[in-house]
Amino acid sequence: MNVSTDLDRRFRDAAASEPALEVAYDVTESPVGPLLLAATDRGVCRISFEPEPEAEVDRLARTFGRSVLRAPRRLDSARRQLDEYFSGERRSFELESDLRALPAFQRLVLTELARIPWGETTSYGRLAARIGKPRAARAVGGALNRNPIAIVLPCHRVLGSTGSLVGYAGGLHRKRALLGLEQGELTLLE
Amino acid sequence: MMAVMEIPPFERFYLEQRADVLRHLNRLLPREDAEDAYQETFLRALRAYEQLEHGRYLRAWVLTIATRIALDLLRRRRPTGIAPEQEVSDERPAFAALDHLAAGLPPRERAAVVLRYGYDLDYADIGRALGSSGEAARQAASAGVRRLRRKEIT
Repeated sequence: MNVSTDLDRRFRDAAASEPALEVAYDVTESPVGPLLLAATDRGVCRISFEPEPEAEVDRLARTFGRSVLRAPRRLDSARRQLDEYFSGERRSFELESDLRALPAFQRLVLTELARIPWGETTSYGRLAARIGKPRAARAVGGALNRNPIAIVLPCHRVLGSTGSLVGYAGGLHRKRALLGLEQGELTLLE
Repeated sequence: MMAVMEIPPFERFYLEQRADVLRHLNRLLPREDAEDAYQETFLRALRAYEQLEHGRYLRAWVLTIATRIALDLLRRRRPTGIAPEQEVSDERPAFAALDHLAAGLPPRERAAVVLRYGYDLDYADIGRALGSSGEAARQAASAGVRRLRRKEIT
């Protein structure tokens, strides 16, 4: 028996505000392609360029617990803020992040990363220096490469020491697009 | 020791079970009530999901939750007593239009008949769903079948 869209949505909406729901996720369109957004009751725990959510759902379940459901309502605020960011109306995010599953070093790097303002860039070396570990540029690069909350934690603002784009988990074309957006070049992908 | 069967993320469990749960509830309840019960079933399942110990009987488990919710609703709607259960016969009926036929039965018999012959659950599981023993579940199913044969349905 087919479950109607309306009935399905009503359940997912009700589940979104259930404390027992460990992780709510949604897939949303953006100018840099589909984004998977996920949040625990503490905050956003994942933003990834993942067009195929199956594997991501398994990862979320392993990390946070098996109560993972597509429940878009819990992501309303994150989705709205991302829309505003892509349309150029927003330069900083007012979202809680849930980083508790990460190693301490990576949390340290990501917390410092979040302080790099819109439109500015830094290098792995400078970011390493800012957390008091000037020789850890490579480890900082590794921590950024596994950044679980793309865009909101702006690892696209970190460049190689020569200003080159270097790596980006979402692909260099996305890194270029995000930096372009913040330089006022509103022509994004496609 | 039985191998522990992996419990899928709730999303996958929900997608796999939702059609069966709705079909089951529609057999037991009027449509509007069935939709309310559907939502309540999966919310209760969600609240208990983290505590599950293995994934072997997920379908029986969620149908059990659904049945309890349906019976609670029916009890509230239909305060008149349920006909006493009498002799036991365990023959399988050969009815095709189960949903339609079972609609006139008293709630417990209807649930037992639907779970036994519509979903092929064993009586121990049905007993859990009805909050009774497996033997009482078997009697409820038999009584339901007898009533259907006699066309004692309202």
